[in-house]
Amino acid sequence: MRIGWADLVRGILVWTGLTTAVAVPVAAAAASPLLAWREPIYIAAGFTGVIALALLLFQPLLAGGYLPGLPALKGQRVHRLVGGVLVAAVILHVAGLWVTSPPDVIDALLFRSPTPFSFWGVVAMWAVFASALMAASRRRWRRHPHAWRLGHTVLAAVIVVGSVVHALLIEGTMETKSKAILCGLLIAATIMAVAKMRGWTIRARRDS
Amino acid sequence: MTDVLTNRRTLLIAASVAVVPGLFVPARAQGLAPTPSMRGGANNYLPGAPIVDRIGGGGFWMTGSVRRVGDGVPLAGQRIQIWAHTTEGHERDPHSHGATLTDANGVFRLEMPQIVPAFGQPHGHLAYDSGDFETVFLRPVMRSARDTSLHADFVLVPV
Repeated sequence: MRIGWADLVRGILVWTGLTTAVAVPVAAAAASPLLAWREPIYIAAGFTGVIALALLLFQPLLAGGYLPGLPALKGQRVHRLVGGVLVAAVILHVAGLWVTSPPDVIDALLFRSPTPFSFWGVVAMWAVFASALMAASRRRWRRHPHAWRLGHTVLAAVIVVGSVVHALLIEGTMETKSKAILCGLLIAATIMAVAKMRGWTIRARRDS
Repeated sequence: MTDVLTNRRTLLIAASVAVVPGLFVPARAQGLAPTPSMRGGANNYLPGAPIVDRIGGGGFWMTGSVRRVGDGVPLAGQRIQIWAHTTEGHERDPHSHGATLTDANGVFRLEMPQIVPAFGQPHGHLAYDSGDFETVFLRPVMRSARDTSLHADFVLVPV
């Protein structure tokens, strides 16, 4: 009974903290003065990027089974779902920016943009697509589970680093402090989850 | 290895210039170098922006100079086209575009609406595309989004 209460309190604290870490930067971006001078499609394109960054924070936590109420197996099911939403968000982000200013997006996709953050964003985008493809074809990898996990984890690291550098270098609608905190938490969560899976073992760990 | 080679070559050139002064001088070594186009400078360019007294309501100044390559002579009457994402419109909006002419000192100055950050940076676009000199597209970035002016210099190469 005492353990039950501790779990409940822990659950409330973790979810409250996580919700705050995600809601504050999203709300701050929604209140950005820059929105007044942007067309709806550009606002939507930017926002899908902000939401994708926020959702990304949940991915390492779900994969590692860290979230109260969502232990390893259940967590991985939600991880897969969120992954699908991330793919859609990235596509909407790029498509919306393309409509807003085609030459800037073409430059970014061809790695010839003058803005350094574009490179990181496009690298992260390809890693998201590759990561999703790996997840969709996991059965084909069943004889090589270690290779699958290694590949998926490397892609996850590329996604996180690419997205964080992309976001931090952009002068946009996100408020700088809440953006930096969100990025810091994302990096920390990723390191934590990867460290837990060190050795790239597929064996279930019951020691956490 | 490359450094050693470069250094040796540089030394050799320096030595030959020192030993035989005046014999080996690159054409533009002492002159003004041409301004290269910047990456992304031509993005959302609309040819033939009209010459205007001011773009929109103003409040922000785009300034700069136009000179000739080599001797640096100021070029008067040159048409510079300017556009940006401002408080009054997107880069692609025709009303965000305007042009101005350089004065007798090769200096231009056009008032426009406040530039605001778009596509990740507060930046403007300028073009020289009138045919007498090689076309140049610039994309200067503001140090701060709160700046109320932006400067860009052109050094043009005759066609």
